[in-house]
Amino acid sequence: MQAKTTILSLPTEEFVHPGTRACTGCGLAIAYRVGLKALGKNTILVVPPSCLTVLQGLFPVASTKLPCLNVTFASTAAAATGILATLKSQGKTNIQVAAWAGDGGTSDIGLQALSGAAERGDNFIYLCYDNEGYMNTGVQRSGTTPLGAITANTPFKGKLQQKKDVPAIMAAHHLSYVATCSAAYPLDLYDKIIRCKDMPGAKYFHIHIPCPPGWGYDPRYGIKVGRLAVETGYYDLYEIVNGEFKLTAASEKLVEKRKLVPVREYFRAQSRFKILTDEQIADIQNQIDAKWAAYYKKDEQQ
Amino acid sequence: MGTRNYRRKTSHSEHGPGDGGRTGSWRVERPILDKSLCIPCKRNKEACFICWLFCPDIVISRTIPPKIDLEYCKGCGICAEECPTKAITMVDEAEFSKEDKE
Amino acid sequence: MHIIEDGNAAAALGVKLCRANVIAAYPITPQTPLTEKLSEYVELGEMKAEYIPVESEHSAMAVCIAASSTGARAFTATSANGLLYMHEQIQWAAGARLPIVMCVVNRAVGAPWNVWNDQQDSISQRDTGWIQMYCADHQQIIDSVIKAFWLAEKVSIPIMVCYDGYLLSHTFMPFDLPDQEKVDAFLPPFKPEYALNPDEPASLNTVTLPDVRIDVHGELAHGYMEIRYLLQEELRTSLAVAAAAEKRFAEIFGRGGDPYIEPYRCDDADYVAVGLGSLTYQLRVSVDALRKEDIKVGVMGIRFYRPFPDEAIANALKGKKGVIVFEKALSYGYEGALASDLKSALYEHLAGTGHLPLVQNFIAGIGGREIRTDDLTQTLRAATQSRIAKEPTWIGLKL
Repeated sequence: MQAKTTILSLPTEEFVHPGTRACTGCGLAIAYRVGLKALGKNTILVVPPSCLTVLQGLFPVASTKLPCLNVTFASTAAAATGILATLKSQGKTNIQVAAWAGDGGTSDIGLQALSGAAERGDNFIYLCYDNEGYMNTGVQRSGTTPLGAITANTPFKGKLQQKKDVPAIMAAHHLSYVATCSAAYPLDLYDKIIRCKDMPGAKYFHIHIPCPPGWGYDPRYGIKVGRLAVETGYYDLYEIVNGEFKLTAASEKLVEKRKLVPVREYFRAQSRFKILTDEQIADIQNQIDAKWAAYYKKDEQQ
Repeated sequence: MGTRNYRRKTSHSEHGPGDGGRTGSWRVERPILDKSLCIPCKRNKEACFICWLFCPDIVISRTIPPKIDLEYCKGCGICAEECPTKAITMVDEAEFSKEDKE
Repeated sequence: MHIIEDGNAAAALGVKLCRANVIAAYPITPQTPLTEKLSEYVELGEMKAEYIPVESEHSAMAVCIAASSTGARAFTATSANGLLYMHEQIQWAAGARLPIVMCVVNRAVGAPWNVWNDQQDSISQRDTGWIQMYCADHQQIIDSVIKAFWLAEKVSIPIMVCYDGYLLSHTFMPFDLPDQEKVDAFLPPFKPEYALNPDEPASLNTVTLPDVRIDVHGELAHGYMEIRYLLQEELRTSLAVAAAAEKRFAEIFGRGGDPYIEPYRCDDADYVAVGLGSLTYQLRVSVDALRKEDIKVGVMGIRFYRPFPDEAIANALKGKKGVIVFEKALSYGYEGALASDLKSALYEHLAGTGHLPLVQNFIAGIGGREIRTDDLTQTLRAATQSRIAKEPTWIGLKL
């Protein structure tokens, strides 16, 4: 078991320049910065249109110090395949290929290519940063926007459907590694990337990304909001290693504590959930409690 | 030179700081560090650095004391919010423009 | 060495001889035998390449784009709706200046579903910034694939090598299989001007502004418009590079011709039939028949459709009484795209000279409707006698 990385042991080398176009308090900027530290210098990135395209910079200036191929919205994972195939044909085995795509680019338009690459067993890391909407185009709903969230195209009633469970879809591809992470827990993200780097085939990361303009909170509370999602048991941190599910980090500790923060606190910290009624929140709380009762039971059986 | 010619006909970006300009100008509030409260400053050894870890814009140095690059700091306030000893406070930029005028 | 194989095999052999590094393909009729063949070569170790069985044509071109950006010689092939599904990626490959070669085995597009031959698929990709070559027989298929890789890599522009589904893809014909050593002499290994690598990091195809902007060296870099202008300019100058390719090919392989057009009995002809692909060889039979009636007709195949060899075409048709354009595709709402392009070229080069031929347009073989040589002969004969119609005339229509 690898030792847990601490702030003091986290590498100091940065792969992103200051002065990006990311919004003030951008959660992606935190996850991306720390994620690149874990991926390291010997990495080729693939990025479809998304907030990251903007963060990465406009021609002829790039904000990222790693090589990056910008590709069309639906083709992220297939492009990773093309880079991998070429590196293989060139005999270069030490270069990591990593795709970073948003939740729309992953759960909606990019799902076919991602599924294809996962099924083929192409050896790369796919990181979906989930800010729960099409934030770069002005906050429209995506497949991973949660129930009840107001977006630019669910303006009054909020989203009427459940969030799509993309990590579960990816786990169904029998990947060697699937993990969920959060920008509020960057060291957990760092450790998980390090852990899976040498595992075979495609590795999938789903990273919860607080988004100040999209979610409606003061930028300074970004980490707090991200943490609340985990501490309420609403968004779980886990990894699935060769099919074995395991809660990790803060979520694992919640099992020990047997105590969740009421989900109301998470919803009330953001304006996008303002139309959720007390009844609806109680309903969601019941679902969370049932989910966690199962976790507790599993814990007791072990 | 071949490579240069290639750059002329494609979108081939090279990395450098400040793609978004001097993003410090976006700031509404300025983070001010009180060294007497800052853990690494007080202990005079490497410690804490939570502000460095969570800074989205890589403008806080991992040094004693942590330094904030105001040219690029967007003033999000995450450092102030996350600092366990409340050593960083966000101060209205208007205060400083008054100072600048004076 | 002369062999007898089908057109798809000719293409596959060409790709093998060119030592493509990465091949990505998704099955679609009538392209499948070509890519199956390539998977065979790779699995048997006859070809050292990565064969990626992608989950869609969109991804096939994504793999080629990424592979080419990383320094691989990349190949794919498709037909019909597969090509249409790639459309976004096709534009991307050209804008990114990647020398990908793709065979388009021409087939009609839906709706309604139809798996038979016409050329609506590749013609509808005319404006994407790709070079388009059309083949009339198996020798042209294999030779075009080899020339295409050389030319694409020389000008950093992707190329479609188009040939008719079934009529060429599934028929057997004898052709000369070039020697590997000669192909290696003709086509050096691909050396891109830049390939993605961590030692020299660059971000490719980033958002590019309407106006120019200073780069990290303090120099002015182009805006989107300049980058797109250069694609157009270099497509136009690639015509001259195509001529160099033809010359180089002829020197090494001992065969070649006009790089842009393929005239047959045109010199003394008053009327010239014009078309793309195998139809022009069928028209030769009609031309021979009409010559026996002392009707002075010829036929001219166009080998390069984009960039359009307007000057070569206008020179070849100067002073003719009539040009009769046969097409297996059309720009719906107007006429055949080739007819429009031809008229534009003739007007540009011959207007006011008194040598401007009358252009007539015939649409044939849509969705694989059989094109009978007798019908072509009759149409050609009638078109030499009078103007049939102002609108394009559909041959063999049974309304």
